[in-house]
Amino acid sequence: MIEPMDFLLWVRGSLFDVAVTVFVIGIIIRFFEILSLGRSKDLAEAKGTEFVPGIKTIITRTLPEQGTFKRQPLTIIAGYVFHVGLLVSLVLFIPHIELFRQTFGFGWPGLPNPIVDAAAVLGIVGLLAALWNRITNPVMKILTDNEDYLVWVLTFLPMITGYLAYHRMVNPYPLILGLHILSIELLMVFFPFTKLMHTFTLFLARWYNGAMSGRRGVES
Amino acid sequence: MTGATLERGINAFKEQINAPVAAFFSSCVSCGICAEACLFYTETGDPKYTPIRKLEPLRRVWEQEYTLVGKIKRLLGFEKPVTDELLEEWRELLYDSCTLCGRCSMVCPVGNDIAYMVRRAREGMVASGNSPVDVQAAAVRAVTIGSPMGIKLKALETQIRNIEADTGLTIPLDVEGADYMALLSSMEVINFPEYIESLARIFKQAGISWTLCSEAFEATNTGIQIGSTDIARELVQRAVDGAEKLRVKYVISPECGHAYTAIRWDGPNLIGRPYKFRVVHILELLDELRANGRIKTRNPTNQCMTFHDPCSIVRKGGVLESPRNLMALVNSNFVEMPDHGKWNWCCGGGGGVSANTDAEELRTQVFRRKKLQLEATGATKLVTACANCRLVIEEGLEAYNMELPIEGLTELVAQHLIEDEIPSGTQDSS
Repeated sequence: MIEPMDFLLWVRGSLFDVAVTVFVIGIIIRFFEILSLGRSKDLAEAKGTEFVPGIKTIITRTLPEQGTFKRQPLTIIAGYVFHVGLLVSLVLFIPHIELFRQTFGFGWPGLPNPIVDAAAVLGIVGLLAALWNRITNPVMKILTDNEDYLVWVLTFLPMITGYLAYHRMVNPYPLILGLHILSIELLMVFFPFTKLMHTFTLFLARWYNGAMSGRRGVES
Repeated sequence: MTGATLERGINAFKEQINAPVAAFFSSCVSCGICAEACLFYTETGDPKYTPIRKLEPLRRVWEQEYTLVGKIKRLLGFEKPVTDELLEEWRELLYDSCTLCGRCSMVCPVGNDIAYMVRRAREGMVASGNSPVDVQAAAVRAVTIGSPMGIKLKALETQIRNIEADTGLTIPLDVEGADYMALLSSMEVINFPEYIESLARIFKQAGISWTLCSEAFEATNTGIQIGSTDIARELVQRAVDGAEKLRVKYVISPECGHAYTAIRWDGPNLIGRPYKFRVVHILELLDELRANGRIKTRNPTNQCMTFHDPCSIVRKGGVLESPRNLMALVNSNFVEMPDHGKWNWCCGGGGGVSANTDAEELRTQVFRRKKLQLEATGATKLVTACANCRLVIEEGLEAYNMELPIEGLTELVAQHLIEDEIPSGTQDSS
């Protein structure tokens, strides 16, 4: 049996480096895969521009169209709650920022722990609601494949282990902290090669959509 | 369409995958929001019609050919192959239940332009021999006869003679050096010749030098609908040749939505070069004539009217304000539908669906969406700007026992046009 402390040191050390390397190189590969396919020049006379409408769509797609919201509130609310909860706990939790500062030499102000704690709970609840929706909503059911469940688990593990670690709900502490870090490493390794990649590619997708519409004089 | 094989189909899918398509597939998280924007889902409740799902064959080819993971999966034998059975099953999804209306492309949270991908996926369906027979037949007629409805120049000439005899107007044909060359859709020639008369009336009053072209009067493009670049290119080339032969400065797209897409947006890319003329949609031109004071109208009615935005014109073509400006000329009691403009719902017959008998029942079922929209307005007349929408809506209303007269916007403007008493002999086409 390895000791919890040794386990923690191991996941914080070489394993973390491996995960970050796979994450970064994977993302570069994915962007290369996409962008190298190119897009032929549009020879039709433009009615509008591409760049500004593209940027605009990147921003506006963050909000749902009213009618769509009314027809599918659970998907949209669960989506927001989960994403906001996840982002707040990831980016505004002081220990996370400190880790970042140690690695890169700079940081930013965080939120008080109780607020981050509440956000984490919301994130977990949102994720559970999204899973419930995926299992019961007929449209999501027909679209869902194994990868959707895989990325759900990969996202859920860091959230739940982080919550357990923060509240010292598992003993010994180094074990649960180690599991938390391990789950993030798993997430990072799978990230570039699964739908988790949408985190980055959605900017590309929204831009193409907005730009191609903008060229035709349409706000998309 | 001869020699269509699965291999050719897969190659065609491969050719259609570019950076936007790859970015779109990479971004989909199977959230299903697109279903809520699609009348084929909202009106049937059947999740198989979820827009992004219609792209499964294209998605598989993308994953297997253009991603590292897909290649590894294939190496290990885990891939889901694209088979003839799959494509046959998907024919209904890519043709019968998609009008390329583009509404899903407007709601996708990650920004996927799904309609753009359906149009591309159809290339693979044609190349693998999985396009619907009716649309195939229309495409063959368009190539061999010159019109998807099989209408020949003779039919147009007869209509021209009739209009000229009835009205005393002149319909110029093959006038070299005219400023504008008008294109028509077959449906206008056969079902709504009032459109041609309206053009003649308005252009005469505005002093526009225009012409029709005997070698290129058909604007509709079955190649765009079925998803065959080769056919689409050949049909666009005819219009381009006609316009360049007559040395016109502008080509006028008819009201018809997909014809506008074909000549305005896809055409130059199909023939591989920019045009030597500009393309303007008839409603844009009329709106410009209005703004410049070259046409004036009278007696706007206070009958309650609403406007159906054809998808290809508004959502995919940006002609949004023009129809509203023109409606204001002729009507003082205009109401919008609950979802209008770029959020309008399709009539259910675009993108080749109206030419596809396999889709007839489904099309009638999903027309309920338009019916609800129309009922919500309380309008007693529907105005639109697409002969295809108009026919589809007429059939839909009939199927639902609903009475509502429909008129084309160009005709309506012509009816309210203030015309000079003395025929101005100066209206020339030289």
